[in-house]
Amino acid sequence: MNLTLHVWRQSGPKAPGKLEQYEAKNVSPDQSFLEMLDEVNEHLIKEGKDPIAFDHDCREGICGMCSQVINGVPHGGRERTTVCQLHMRSFNDGDTIYIEPWRALAFPIQKDLIVDRNGLEKIIQAGGYTSCHTGGVADGNAILVPKIAADYAMDAAECIGCGACVAACPNGSAMLYTSAKVAQLAALPQGQAEAAERVCAMTEAMQEAGFGNCSNHYECQAACPKGINVKFIAKLNREYQKALLK
Amino acid sequence: MRILSSSVGRKILMSITGQLLIIFILIHLIGNSTIFFGPNGINAYAEHLHSLPPLVWAFRLFMLAAISVHIAYGVTLTLENKAANPGAYAVKRNLKASFASENMIWTGLLVAGFILYHLLQFTIKGTPDIVVGLDSANRPDVFRMVVTSFGNGLISLAYMFAMLMLFLHLSHGIPSFLQTMGWNNEKTIPAFGTGGKVISAILMLAYISIPAVILAGLLKL
Amino acid sequence: MILDGKCPKGPIQTSWDRHRFDLKLVNPANKRKYKVLVVGTGLAGGAAAASLGELGYNVEAFCYQDSARRAHSIAAQGGINAAKNYPNDGDSIYRLFYDTIKGGDFRAREADVWRLAQVSNNIIDQCVAQGVPFARDYAGYLDNRSFGGAQVSRTFYARGQTGQQLLLGAYSALSRQVKAGTVKLFARTEMLDLVVVDGEAKGITVRDLITGEIRTHVGDAVVLATGGYVNVFYLSTNAMGCSVTANWRAHKKGAFFANPCYTQIHPTCIPQSGDHQSKLTLMSESLRNDGRCWAPKKKGDNRHPNDIPEEERDYYLERKYPSFGNLAPRDIASRAAKEQCDDGRGVGPGGRGVNLDFSAAIKRVGEHTIRERYGNLFEMYEKITDENAYKQPMRMYPAPHYSMGGLWVDYNCESNVPGLFVLGEANFSVHGANRLGASALMQGLADGYFVIPYTIANYLAKTKPGAVTADHAECKKSVEDVKAYNNRLMNINGKKTVSEFHRELGKIMWENVGMARSEETLKDAIKRIPVLREEFWNNVKVTGKGEELNQQLENAGRVADFLEFGELMAKDALHRNESCGGHFRVEHQMPDGEAKRDDENYCYVGAWEFKGVDKEPELHKEPLTFENVHLAVRSYK
Ligand SMILES: Cc1cc2nc3c(=O)[nH]c(=O)nc-3n(C[C@H](O)[C@H](O)[C@H](O)COP(=O)(O)OP(=O)(O)OC[C@H]3O[C@@H](n4cnc5c(N)ncnc54)[C@H](O)[C@@H]3O)c2cc1C
Ligand code: HEM
Ligand code: HEM
Ligand code: SF4
Ligand code: F3S
Ligand code: FES
Repeated sequence: MNLTLHVWRQSGPKAPGKLEQYEAKNVSPDQSFLEMLDEVNEHLIKEGKDPIAFDHDCREGICGMCSQVINGVPHGGRERTTVCQLHMRSFNDGDTIYIEPWRALAFPIQKDLIVDRNGLEKIIQAGGYTSCHTGGVADGNAILVPKIAADYAMDAAECIGCGACVAACPNGSAMLYTSAKVAQLAALPQGQAEAAERVCAMTEAMQEAGFGNCSNHYECQAACPKGINVKFIAKLNREYQKALLK
Repeated sequence: MRILSSSVGRKILMSITGQLLIIFILIHLIGNSTIFFGPNGINAYAEHLHSLPPLVWAFRLFMLAAISVHIAYGVTLTLENKAANPGAYAVKRNLKASFASENMIWTGLLVAGFILYHLLQFTIKGTPDIVVGLDSANRPDVFRMVVTSFGNGLISLAYMFAMLMLFLHLSHGIPSFLQTMGWNNEKTIPAFGTGGKVISAILMLAYISIPAVILAGLLKL
Repeated sequence: MILDGKCPKGPIQTSWDRHRFDLKLVNPANKRKYKVLVVGTGLAGGAAAASLGELGYNVEAFCYQDSARRAHSIAAQGGINAAKNYPNDGDSIYRLFYDTIKGGDFRAREADVWRLAQVSNNIIDQCVAQGVPFARDYAGYLDNRSFGGAQVSRTFYARGQTGQQLLLGAYSALSRQVKAGTVKLFARTEMLDLVVVDGEAKGITVRDLITGEIRTHVGDAVVLATGGYVNVFYLSTNAMGCSVTANWRAHKKGAFFANPCYTQIHPTCIPQSGDHQSKLTLMSESLRNDGRCWAPKKKGDNRHPNDIPEEERDYYLERKYPSFGNLAPRDIASRAAKEQCDDGRGVGPGGRGVNLDFSAAIKRVGEHTIRERYGNLFEMYEKITDENAYKQPMRMYPAPHYSMGGLWVDYNCESNVPGLFVLGEANFSVHGANRLGASALMQGLADGYFVIPYTIANYLAKTKPGAVTADHAECKKSVEDVKAYNNRLMNINGKKTVSEFHRELGKIMWENVGMARSEETLKDAIKRIPVLREEFWNNVKVTGKGEELNQQLENAGRVADFLEFGELMAKDALHRNESCGGHFRVEHQMPDGEAKRDDENYCYVGAWEFKGVDKEPELHKEPLTFENVHLAVRSYK
């Protein structure tokens, strides 16, 4: 099939950017979205033009590196799918596709579709861990974690840190991402000791990094490729209240 | 204090003040519906309400504080949110966010504007449409005042519009405060979403029924 | 030269404990004076940087992705082994040790493997303490499953995302140290050279992938944990950015490359769908616990798999290996699949695939249970192929997956260049010629959490902190060299893209140095790779500038290294005139097609010394001795 692409091109963080039009010809429905872009790039290189820069690595939906807003939805809007897992069979011959980078104050564009997601790192650094030391910990079975709690923690822990939630959120908020980590650790006995400090520190770091506040649009969950549920935001809010009472 | 500057803390304050406002609206609605019992209903109710001035003023100050906090944080949070999202997408398609959720600040401000007008009108009694007087039992004749004012189609329409804004504000506000308080889980999230819309719609219709009934001439002096 | 692995002598059971006692220590107050450069933030590097930072060393950690959490360890699905024996099914440190030595086809060091088995238990405890949400039973106890090639249930898992959860555990520990100020993170920074001063590793030269700046970081020791090199095949299960670059540039600075020909071809990957394909996706082999591998008995049978009756199906693994059946080790399962396809009985596009059938398991335990066990894998399969594996068999084909070879290291994980330590998949140490499932994660974390913290002290204690500074002549030279190298790449301005060269190299490698190798194919590869390399340096086109974010330049450097490395791999495979584990030489097989080892002549580690591009590398040997597990023919019948 043949497609018309409108791709955001921006040569550097301070340079102005704009949408440019490209034709993608003879695209196979079995191709992944990124493979389609690879091919467009091969043509651009041969023409001596700068290929489209985009982030990607694992190409199997787990590293969280790929980050494109396709036709207005981060990762393209297929349920539980990252861009790298999106296949061209979800498109039709003759389609026009808009491809843009994540946009948020906290995610400055570095080039074309590549943004700086360091803000997400800062949030984890503020408290997204249990302060256990290497070595000298108890036997794995000494801390019992009922299956229900383990499953709940695992649901939250599935977050791949891609930042689509921020890109989708009308407030540029990283609440879903932050809450997933808070909820994971809050559900486990290991995470209890630092629970109060963690939730405060992490939400403050979120603010400092320039992310907005959550006003419960739930747009984040809809775009999240791992289906992280906004119930974790409710959990974060509960944890926060608990912390305030301490 | 941490709560006053933090993102989640301020949200919780908005949520609590929002809940207080909702409680006021519910009580006010019940009080207002005494109008359907004619002058004896609402005039008695108003007199009863005003019988203890210190309590009235304490209540007023408390509500003033609540709405001030609500407005102040509503404005600052919204400004921060707008700054955090430059909104520069050439194409943006929302999957979940609604007109109501995206326009909380505007519906909220319109409601605030309405309240100012409403206070000026029925509390301060400073608008031209107001007729002040006493009823046969020597009580302030609230019934006459309201019915006269709503008899004016424009005023009634303005009220209906304000109620529509309130509906929009609450259709997101109700599920939203439940989430902000953390009284939510996977199962309740969709239920509260629908519940919030239904309750706000009922509120809106109930409030609108007053000017509507008057305008339709069913409730007369 | 005969290499010395410096393994402790004496009874193996106490070897690590005795060795640890013999290692020198660094005084706690002095630790912060030492700077350690850790390249790579996967399980091995992430765990190492976090642990070293916690000990008080001054650590700088590097990765090419935009976050430490995105290292390719994140992709591991199946699980991690440990000798906990929680299920009470007869596991022990000794058994894990034994299985690993045997699984590696007797090409790994006993002492290293023993240590790995010993610390495996600490790893689980560590991860649990970090909040890794391992699967649990209702009462809250850790759950285990059995995994590729093991007859006990010793694999711990977190849904189908074990690698991700373990890495996030290490990443969180690392983040904690970043906050504490002991670790400085340099993401989007690629190491392009090793700085060696007076024969010791003292720094690395890197390119800032955002600004293009080339600069040197100096330290008192360098730790490489930069993962595997199977992207030399172009199509593999590794991430697009995985490369041999860090290892290869260190190799060019003197570090020996050991056993490069030992690569693992994973039996259960989604078959290629066309030429556009950029990478292959692995399906966890835990699927083989419930899935049955079969091919049609008739050649060229292109009926829908559900229409092929039971008696016309060949469950070839169950037939050939009755005791292990579908759980036969990877090298065996992969070759068996290839045999079916070579025999014209493959399924799917191009006949390059076999069926992995769940219908029997679904009948036995119900679709719900299967969904619970592998839901996300089935989902992933459907996304890629558009087929519902609950209703019809999955199609599978082997794909390059793991590199057992890597930089040569001694028992301390130190390479032959003093001060250069190599961890995880980047070194060659514990898996011999074949890796058992769920043991790479174990190795990465063992090296990072429980080995390097002790062994690096032994080196540092002997050195003066901060002896080399960034203005040292070697650092300046290194920066100049890297700049010149990159400029050369930028200035060729030829006609072919970097990916085209990579694809061509991959084809040569897969066909000649892939699952089955022969003298003929290897010689062919050794002839063709230099030709391709020559063409690359004359005809590659790299657009843009060096002083900016330039993904073409990044990739060009990586492919340039593969073009040199591929030749070494072929040479190593050619010189190793035997079959063992993942290295299968068609000339050396048993009558029934099993790999035939030659312990008399090849029971050694082959470590190559770089002598220059287009020059013959020199082979050094480290003989392997087996005192605890007796050399025996590996049999999985
Ligand atoms: C799809 C898949 C599934 C797997 N499943 C399992 C499993 O179930 N069980 C199991 O035990 N093993 C499994 N493995 C193997 C295992 O995941 C890896 O061997 C292991 O995680 C490697 O860890 P590492 O820390 O050595 O390297 P990696 O995790 O690959 O990390 C490499 C690091 O080095 C950095 N780096 C590389 N080059 C440079 C450079 N030049 N400059 C700067 N930084 C650099 C990268 O940024 C990255 O941070 C699987 C592997 C794959 C590919
Ligand atoms: C049709 C609808 C309404 C009617 C008929 C109505 C009527 C009145 C009347 C008669 C008073 C004066 C009471 C008194 O001073 O004795 C009053 C006061 C007030 N109303 Fe309403 N109202 C309506 C809707 C609303 C709504 C929707 C709001 C808020 C959003 C609101 C907020 C208030 C407030 C804040 C006061 C002042 C209370 C005080 O004096 O302390 N009203 N209303
Ligand atoms: C009678 C009046 C009002 C009621 C009953 C009300 C109620 C609510 C409720 C329940 C919420 C949800 C809080 C949460 O998410 O936890 C809310 C949110 C909000 N309100 Fe109001 N409100 C009123 C007036 C106003 C006014 C006057 C403004 C004007 C500024 C306003 C602005 C907002 C904004 C911007 C939000 C969204 C805040 C956020 O989620 O970040 N509201 N309101
Ligand atoms: S919550 Fe979802 S969208 Fe947000 S970073 Fe995690 S995986 Fe990505
Ligand atoms: S979309 Fe944004 S407003 Fe909250 S619920 Fe999600 S973070
Ligand atoms: S490239 Fe890793 S998630 Fe898409």
